[in-house]
Amino acid sequence: MSNRRIAFRNARLIDPASGLDVKGGLLVENGRIADVGPRLFNDAEPGDPEIIDCHGLVLAPGLIDCRVFTGEPGSEHRETLETASEAAAAGGVTTIVTMPNTNPVIDEPSLVDFIRRRAAATAKVRVAPAAALTRGLAGETMTEIGLLKEAGAVAFTDGDRTVANTRVMRRALAYAATFDSLVIGHAEDPDLTAGTATTESEFATRLGLPAAPALAEVIIVERDIRLVEMTGARYHFGQISTRAALDAIGEAKRRGLPITCGVSAHHLMLNELDVGAYYTFRKVKPPLRPESDRAAMVEGVANGLIDVIVSSHEPQGADTKRQTFASAAFGAVGLETLLPAGLNLYHDGRIGLSALLACLTSAPARLLGLPGGILAKGAPADLVLLDEGEPFVVDEKALRSRAHNSAFDGRKFQGRAQKTFVGGECVFSRR
Amino acid sequence: MTSAPAAPILKTSHLLGIESLSPSEITALLDLAETYVVLNRAPDKKAAVLKGRTLINLFFEASTRTQSSFELAGKRLGADVLNMSVKTSSVSKGETLIDTASTLNAMRPDILVVRHQDSGAAELLSRKLDCSVVNAGDGAHEHPTQALLDALTIKRRHGGFENLTVAICGDVLHSRVARSNLRLLAMMSARVRLIAPRTLLPADADRFGVEIFTDMKQGLAGVDIVMMLRLQLERMAGAFVPSTREYFRFYGLDREKLGYAKPGALVMHPGPMNRGVEIASDIADDIAVSLISEQVEMGVAIRMAVLDALARGIA
Repeated sequence: MSNRRIAFRNARLIDPASGLDVKGGLLVENGRIADVGPRLFNDAEPGDPEIIDCHGLVLAPGLIDCRVFTGEPGSEHRETLETASEAAAAGGVTTIVTMPNTNPVIDEPSLVDFIRRRAAATAKVRVAPAAALTRGLAGETMTEIGLLKEAGAVAFTDGDRTVANTRVMRRALAYAATFDSLVIGHAEDPDLTAGTATTESEFATRLGLPAAPALAEVIIVERDIRLVEMTGARYHFGQISTRAALDAIGEAKRRGLPITCGVSAHHLMLNELDVGAYYTFRKVKPPLRPESDRAAMVEGVANGLIDVIVSSHEPQGADTKRQTFASAAFGAVGLETLLPAGLNLYHDGRIGLSALLACLTSAPARLLGLPGGILAKGAPADLVLLDEGEPFVVDEKALRSRAHNSAFDGRKFQGRAQKTFVGGECVFSRR
Repeated sequence: MTSAPAAPILKTSHLLGIESLSPSEITALLDLAETYVVLNRAPDKKAAVLKGRTLINLFFEASTRTQSSFELAGKRLGADVLNMSVKTSSVSKGETLIDTASTLNAMRPDILVVRHQDSGAAELLSRKLDCSVVNAGDGAHEHPTQALLDALTIKRRHGGFENLTVAICGDVLHSRVARSNLRLLAMMSARVRLIAPRTLLPADADRFGVEIFTDMKQGLAGVDIVMMLRLQLERMAGAFVPSTREYFRFYGLDREKLGYAKPGALVMHPGPMNRGVEIASDIADDIAVSLISEQVEMGVAIRMAVLDALARGIA
């Protein structure tokens, strides 16, 4: 952490947590926000601090991405914590929540410790490890949720796997509730989706692809809502993709259940037709859905039913993606395109800038109990300086991630991070 | 003991659970047991109150402690004691149990002590047999003599139950000991707390007039008695709790956690203990806090009192 004093002046301060959206300045001391407000550094140049003139650009809390797969440990050729953190920094993301789907699986306190140490030694951004909910992600026996939480796990999840056994899920949720731990679930009925590559539809039929019905999602969503009602566990659906799931979650929220949900940038930006001619970089999990579902996801973000937007960053190499669509691996990288994809909703007039940033900063911070995601005195100086209007074209070859399997290659976006700060330290600066 | 004509104590001819006892019956049983504590500490431990009677110990579940306690109780009171250990067979249990009951009934026992893995087994036998039936533990339902011996142990230390706070910790879900104890303690006006992870708390546990805690330190704050429950090995490996080390870390009784209880708080355990799982060895072995050996001693006395009371007939 920097012990320097840094003064940001002439910024458009946006803090979704407090609703602040005002021209002003921000002072960083010892890696934390020492002061923030409209009149700060307006006229007089303060004495000693280093000055960063923001030229009217948006200064906001750094993004918190709740769903990041890396390859460390076990598949470092795809991504390491270091390369993922470089991609994150370039995307304005200052905290990544890493999924436990590695080799070995993060299901032991010592492995949580390993991730934290490796992150401290190599990563440019903060790494908040999620631990497995069941041992080996096998869906059979729960992990040591108490000890894993003490070791620093921020949430418990089997990543992109659904716990098929309802009895195991019931007990895991009840046990997690004992420790007030957040469970992040993945909603895809494993039997309905086994061996399939996309969502059941006319388009899938034309392509001749093995497909699963979209209700594979809502079946698990409804099951888990019932289990949450019984066990009182705090439950977050990592990413949903269908209107049916959104409706079920909306109803659960109205009943006051401790349930939240996220959506990936892919499911906000793309629909099933974007698979085009078997484009494997758009084979994601859950699969891209019909346009009506995509529109429902945008609606969910706009009306606040969807709490967070995630990248679902999942690096894959040529070995796993240069395959037929049915054989190719699921997943797309997304850390560097999370903010631009989100800003797309803003430019389309679907959501205000502050409300959008809430889905990327204060909401995930609150969900995970993280200290960042807020512009307040004493908070970590995790910041992004962003130009919400800058147009650019995504070039997969220019991505910092070790893997380049972006679903948005060639896509025109407007707005991205210019500078990123973690604990007051500049970890990314464009140009 | 002199054999003066003794007044009846119980209103029923069986002891199937604490549920069917009244506070006055419990008090009378505890008072009677006190006299047997004295007898058991004397060189001549024999009484003649069951002279000529036949007691059958019918155990469908292995139990060294309870079975030998009942055997000794019966023998000290002068009864002929027959121990029958029945291995669980794969045949339909209900049928076997009733068949066994008719066979035993033909042998004309006076008292049958039964332990069975299924809840309600003692109740079923009591309806099929002509003798008195004592429930020595049925499934996750009741274990009345354990609760009575625990009560006797507590009463001898504290004089009574009012104003006492007792924490029952661990696998409440599967525990007949917990169920009998919380019934008895509530009936005798003690305050009861249950401490367990949510996976080991039964449904609607809050409906039993108890306070429920999932954090052991909070739950132990200010308690007079800490009652630990046994966690069976097959329940530790991920089904109800993830591991023994995690269980001990959060729900095992060690010095640190016991420090949250009232100074001088006492520790009980129905046995057999899993050292290092639900209780640290140094606490189990510390005679200043552990009542575990005393519980075993009170067990014989309370079972003598129960057998005596049943032999006296209905009040």
